[in-house]
Amino acid sequence: MTRRVRIVVLAPALLGLGALFAWAIAGLPAFGDYRGPYGYVLNQVVVPLRHTTNVVMGVTFDVRGIDTMGEEFILYAAVLGVTLLLRDESGSNTVERHTRRLGSDAVRLAGVLMVGGGVLVGLWLVAFGYVTPGGGFQGGVVVAGAILLLYVVGSHRDYRPFRDEHVLDPLEGLGAGGYVMVGLAALASGTAFLTNLFGPGKSGTLLSGGSIGVLNWTSAFAVTAAMLLLFAHFLETYVAPLELEDAGA
Amino acid sequence: MSYLPYAVAAWICLVGLAGVATSRNLIHLAICLMVTQSSSYILLLSVGYVEHGKAPIFKGTKLGTTAVDPVVQALTLTDIVVSVAVIALILALALDAHRLSGTVDPDGIADISG
Repeated sequence: MTRRVRIVVLAPALLGLGALFAWAIAGLPAFGDYRGPYGYVLNQVVVPLRHTTNVVMGVTFDVRGIDTMGEEFILYAAVLGVTLLLRDESGSNTVERHTRRLGSDAVRLAGVLMVGGGVLVGLWLVAFGYVTPGGGFQGGVVVAGAILLLYVVGSHRDYRPFRDEHVLDPLEGLGAGGYVMVGLAALASGTAFLTNLFGPGKSGTLLSGGSIGVLNWTSAFAVTAAMLLLFAHFLETYVAPLELEDAGA
Repeated sequence: MSYLPYAVAAWICLVGLAGVATSRNLIHLAICLMVTQSSSYILLLSVGYVEHGKAPIFKGTKLGTTAVDPVVQALTLTDIVVSVAVIALILALALDAHRLSGTVDPDGIADISG
């Protein structure tokens, strides 16, 4: 199919889809005219029942905790897929040369400060995830992103510990498996899977939400490890030739 | 009261699809797919908006204050995680395709077989 044919076929299809969208939107209640009961109900009951002041995280890790477990395994499956697809990448010597170090010391210094600051912000987002805006997923991504900055502003050698699969694989397992263990612990204590186990604690503090705090941290581990594993596999293509060179030098 | 956020979501979805269909580069295609997917975030968040509603976080806000729907916000979180997973896989496939065929143009890749 040539480009011209493709565009000729595409245009009416998009117009048709656009028309369907317009039809659907016309049938929706106007923006801000919220009718569903669940939002109102959850905003009323989650804080009194679970003492998690961040209702979004209360929903994520308690009300629909099983969905979040599935979500964590989606990420797990993606890491598995990327690992399998890219496993033969390393060792290819055809990759073009990359600059080893940034020229500017000022940029490097700013970058290194951002690594520390970024990791700190990420951990804070995780720790207070169920009290104030944040959560294990968001914080985990921030931590992993901050660590990746080390590769950008440093060298492949500085970054080496953070792409070590002997560290990342157990961390990923701890995260994904830990979530399931919390669920099984509830099952073992005679209630339903993923029932909130510990007391609700004091509202608005770190000691609130019961199992939510634990699940929050397990997902933070899983997400950080998953992101670092993804970065590691993509970086391998570029880093492997440089490491061969190091060994030869 | 308006329908503008819904219209924005629909527009972003269509633009992203047009980008996917006419893309000449697999990396560009992956980003277009991300654009398409981001329309669903806007749609979800708009559907849950309550007029004059605050964020559903009651630290420093009195319980009972009108707040937006937390369910769709949690769903948006799931949506973003799924999009990251999908993009990672597509980029890995793009790397593989480049290794096998030496090009990231989807039309060029279509010529190889086996």
